[in-house]
Amino acid sequence: MSSKQHTSLAEKTKSTETFASNLSRRRRSGRVWLLIFQASTLIGIVALTALLINIIDGSFGYAAIQYSIDPETLAVDGVPLEELSKEELERIFQDNVSKGLYRRYDSEVPFAERSREDVLALVQERVVAPEIVQTWGLIDSITKKDEILMDVQEEYPDAAVEFVSWLTTDFVRNPQSSEPEKAGVRTAILGSLFVIAVTILFAFPLGVGAAIYLEEYATDNAFNRIIRTNINNLAGVPSIIYGILGLAIFVRALEALTSGTAFGIIDDPTTANGRTIISAGLTLALLILPLVIINSQEAIRAVPNSLRQASFGLGATKWQTIWSHVLPNALPGILTGTILAVSRAFGETAPLVVVGAATFITVDPSGVFSKFTTLPIQIYQWTARPQDEFRNIAAAAIIVLLIMLLTLNATAVLLRNRYSRRY
Amino acid sequence: MTNRSEAITPQHVVANKLSEKKLNLRKRQRWGENVIQTLLFVSAAISILTTIGTIYVLGKESINFFASRMWEETNKPIVFTIEAGESTFRVGDTGGEIEEGAIIRINQESMLVKSINGNVLLVERGYDGTEATAHEAGTGIYQGVKVSLLEFFTNTKWIPQIGEFGILPLISATLTVSFIAMLVALPIGICIAIYLSEYASQRARSILKPILEVLAGIPTVVYAYFALTLMTPFLQSIFGDVVQIYNTASAGIVIGILVVPLVSSMSEDALHAVPDGLRQAAYGLGATKLETATKVVLPAAISGIAAAFIVAISRAIGETMIVALAAGAGPNFTFNPFESAETMTGHIVRISGGDISYDSIDYNSIFAIGLVLFFITLILNIISQRVVRRFREEYE
Repeated sequence: MSSKQHTSLAEKTKSTETFASNLSRRRRSGRVWLLIFQASTLIGIVALTALLINIIDGSFGYAAIQYSIDPETLAVDGVPLEELSKEELERIFQDNVSKGLYRRYDSEVPFAERSREDVLALVQERVVAPEIVQTWGLIDSITKKDEILMDVQEEYPDAAVEFVSWLTTDFVRNPQSSEPEKAGVRTAILGSLFVIAVTILFAFPLGVGAAIYLEEYATDNAFNRIIRTNINNLAGVPSIIYGILGLAIFVRALEALTSGTAFGIIDDPTTANGRTIISAGLTLALLILPLVIINSQEAIRAVPNSLRQASFGLGATKWQTIWSHVLPNALPGILTGTILAVSRAFGETAPLVVVGAATFITVDPSGVFSKFTTLPIQIYQWTARPQDEFRNIAAAAIIVLLIMLLTLNATAVLLRNRYSRRY
Repeated sequence: MTNRSEAITPQHVVANKLSEKKLNLRKRQRWGENVIQTLLFVSAAISILTTIGTIYVLGKESINFFASRMWEETNKPIVFTIEAGESTFRVGDTGGEIEEGAIIRINQESMLVKSINGNVLLVERGYDGTEATAHEAGTGIYQGVKVSLLEFFTNTKWIPQIGEFGILPLISATLTVSFIAMLVALPIGICIAIYLSEYASQRARSILKPILEVLAGIPTVVYAYFALTLMTPFLQSIFGDVVQIYNTASAGIVIGILVVPLVSSMSEDALHAVPDGLRQAAYGLGATKLETATKVVLPAAISGIAAAFIVAISRAIGETMIVALAAGAGPNFTFNPFESAETMTGHIVRISGGDISYDSIDYNSIFAIGLVLFFITLILNIISQRVVRRFREEYE
């Protein structure tokens, strides 16, 4: 009996020993893995930082600009080009371009009728003709300034190096242009706003209506279950599929309606043919509808049942209860959810490419039946160009897009904080 | 449904009539309410219509893609004017190849090519019920192309210009990109989820979660810019010239970064839902924090995490802009991540980018690809929902 006790004691010491020796190993692996977990989290932050730095890097920096004629040599009596009078500018223009070209411009709009700014712009474009030969990012511009200057000296002896901010107020105000220095995003911003307005107009009432039906009216029958599953599945369908759907239905099948010809509105029918703002807006509305429904459902579900009971108890009908009690209480949640869904639509590119955003358009949209381009589409097209300058303006456009999205999301957060109630 | 007022006052006829007017407690038909309910129902049913519409549109155009013969320009002219009765004629040297047994079309007339002798074709005129007419010299020849399902799924070439329609190169690129994306997103996503749910303090969480939300809210076209201007040069600086300017690795890694927030937030929700009692029990048995997290909490939350995986894969397969800009334009049957290749989504975007003409071979082909894409993602989504339901651990 005593021997048995003895062995069990020995076993115990032994197991204590192994436990102790194991313990340090287990603790060590715990520490190592904690480091790995932290490192992974860090990667997420690093990715976000790299993304933002990369965009800012592209939006500012040195550019080597080559002039056909250096603007400084065009100065008259020491007065720089920008401050010359209209007559002097006209003379410079006449002296430096061919006669034919001068006559062509004169026949378009006689020089006597042109404003000073107009003539200055002509001189800039035709005589000075700045051409960007190379650009550098912000980081390179700061850290490798001397190298850049030397490189330019060697490769483009005539070029001047200037520090350029691609994001300017002109960039936001100008329409699109084939020359990166003049291109702006006004057309794209307006297009985006028009498209989003159509999207909200359709997705919000339909989405909230569907959510009310599913939460307040729908009984647990097969059809309603199908609707629920279906909404979840739709939320997972790739956005490009919606683009194909929009192309087939809104652009092609409903062309008469979406191009406006059915309403007698003809906005450039030769080129728009259904590839209009309303088609794009409807496509995006279908895309975010499941999100709006799911978010609104959650908001409606969060309204406590006692509120409904109280309303019924006072003799209100079902719709009176929903309209005067459930919806006002769910509204902040619904709005937050809708804004988040809308910001998703705002950044969406692929479906709009398929639906047929215009590749090059300089005219502001005038209504829902206009051709359109949007900010993300613009970014896509500029990024796809191989030239550096277009990458730079793409980066600048990304900043504009992110600022707009940030504003949208900030509104959502503010709404949530301002009106959220706890029961 | 008996009228109660009748039962209470049978004697007082006058009073009865009065009260009947005032106190009719029968449920009234409220037409307004019915209309509203119907409208709400219709809005809910629109989602069903969307699905039906999607399947109908994709299906119909895909059937057109497989069933109908599409005409491709060969840019090959006929040399001499041919009369309605002539069945042999000479064609020019330029333009594409015409094969024996092919169906060709000149103007409105279809012909079956019986044999080819150099540049001289022997044809059966007025094929497919078309009318044999005279054709002027120099008229271009169109060649008919038909795509079989078998060819669609087994051919390793996708070259619409010469009638090669095999979806495999598009699928191989999609798989490569998604695989790389998952390689990045799954470990990082899970680690972040474990860190946030098990280790991070309330303060750290309140900082990290918004950062991840911001990452999730950035439009994909911005990620595409990131892939092209930072990730690709970065890869090139590590691996050297084997990395092409457009490559699937760069696109895959960036898609991985894109879906990290999705994986981490879904997994964190799953980990968070595991009751604290399980953790306490594990600690009580002497488990370390890591052992508790990986051997107790993680297995308990596995259904949610698996669902997150599947949703992430579906997202990666459907991602478009990043691959359209960074992975390359041009189908390429390869699994080499450093080579350029075009995914299904990338191809759809490139083809539909210009003004695509309806009923052309390209137009129909994007629907066929779209249908494949739709079913892949739909099946993945359904599986993820099943997984959650089937393997969920229920706790009181």
